[in-house]
Amino acid sequence: MAEFRLPANSRIRPGKQFQAPADAKQVKQFVVYRYDPDTGENPRLDTYELDVARCGPMVLDALIKIKNEVDPTLTFRRSCREGICGSCAMNIDGTNTLACTKAIDEVSGDVKIYPLPHLPVVKDLVPDLTNFYAQYASIKPWIQTRTPPPPDSERLQSKEDQEKINEPSACILCACCSTACPSYWWNSDRYLGPAALLAAYRWIVDSRDEATGERLDALQDPFKLYRCHTIMNCTRTCPKGLNPARAIAEIKLKLAERQY
Amino acid sequence: MTAGKRPLSPHLQVYRPQITSVLSISHRFTGAVLAVGLLLLVYWLAALAAGEAAYAAALGVLGSWPVRVVLFLGVFAFFYHLCNGIRHLWWDTGRGFEIAQVYRSGWIVLLASATLTLVAWGLLLAGGGA
Repeated sequence: MAEFRLPANSRIRPGKQFQAPADAKQVKQFVVYRYDPDTGENPRLDTYELDVARCGPMVLDALIKIKNEVDPTLTFRRSCREGICGSCAMNIDGTNTLACTKAIDEVSGDVKIYPLPHLPVVKDLVPDLTNFYAQYASIKPWIQTRTPPPPDSERLQSKEDQEKINEPSACILCACCSTACPSYWWNSDRYLGPAALLAAYRWIVDSRDEATGERLDALQDPFKLYRCHTIMNCTRTCPKGLNPARAIAEIKLKLAERQY
Repeated sequence: MTAGKRPLSPHLQVYRPQITSVLSISHRFTGAVLAVGLLLLVYWLAALAAGEAAYAAALGVLGSWPVRVVLFLGVFAFFYHLCNGIRHLWWDTGRGFEIAQVYRSGWIVLLASATLTLVAWGLLLAGGGA
C-alpha cells in the first residue's frame, strides 16, 4: 500500500549554512541532502554558497568543489564524469539525472540535490540499490540458447535485428527511471520497474536468444510488469534519452498477441 | 550496521510535477470521482421511480447552484477520463511514446475535455434541460 508520508526517521530537518568566500564573483546556492549514519540523526539540508565563476560547468563539478574545498564529509558516488557509468545519478532540481551531464546554469535559482527518490539512504547522496540490482539479475540479462552455436562462426544476426537491441542496450543502469516512477515507489517489492523491464525487452527482442517464451512467461504477472500505468516519468527523465515506457508497452503487446 | 534503520529518501515531496505524472494521477482521480458521482445518478433515478413529488424535489436539489457546480466539474471529469482513456488505448497499440508526442497528446486531451465540457453545457442550457 502506498505510503505518501516519509517515515519519522526520514523527515528532513534544516541544516548548516556554508558562506561563499568574500571575493566571490557569482554566488549560487546548492541545497544538499545530508544523512550521517554514524550519528543516526534525521536527514538535513545543508546549504553551500559557491562561486560558480570558479567552478566547472556541471553539477558534479560543484559537488566535487564542495567536497574538496568546503566540506570533505559530503558523500556521493561518481566515476566517469561523462555520462556512461551511471554512478552520479541523483535528484537535481526535482528530476532524476546524472550530476555529470547536468549543467549548473540549466537550473534557475538554488540547485536542490537529493538522493534518488524512495530508496534507503546509506549516506548523504548514496542510496542502497541492492533491490534494484537484484531485480535486474532476476530478468536473466544474458543470452540463453538451446541450439549449439555454428561450428565455424559466432551467432550472427542481421543489421535489422541488431538495430532492435541498439537502443535498449545503451542503458547504463543508473536507476534514474525506476526511481522516477511513482508506481515503483509504491510497489518496488513486487514491480520490476522500468530499468529492469527495458533490460528484459532487450533480451526478448534479441534474435539470437532462444528463451523468449520463458522470458515472457516470467513477466506474465500482475505486479512484475503490469504495475506500469504508462505514467511516462521514466522516459521523461532518462539521461540517455532511452524509452523504457515504450519497451514495456511492447512487452505488453507481445503478451497480448501471444494469448490471442 | 544501520541497514534496518536507514532513512527513506524523499519522493513525492521533492519530485517536480510534470505533465506525465500530473495527467496520470488526474486520470485515476477523475475515475474515482466518477465512481462516487454515480451516487448522484442513482439519486436521480430513485427519485424518478419514487413518484412525481419526489422527482420534483430532486430536480430542485440537482438544479441548485452548488450542485450545478459539482455537475459541471463532474462533466469535465467525465470527458477528461474519456479522452485520456482513448490516449491510453492509443498507447496500448505501442504508438505515441516519444516524449514530444506524449506532451502533445496530453495537451490535446486537456483542450478536448475542456471544449467538450463547454459544448455539452452549452447544449444543455440552450435546450433548457438544466
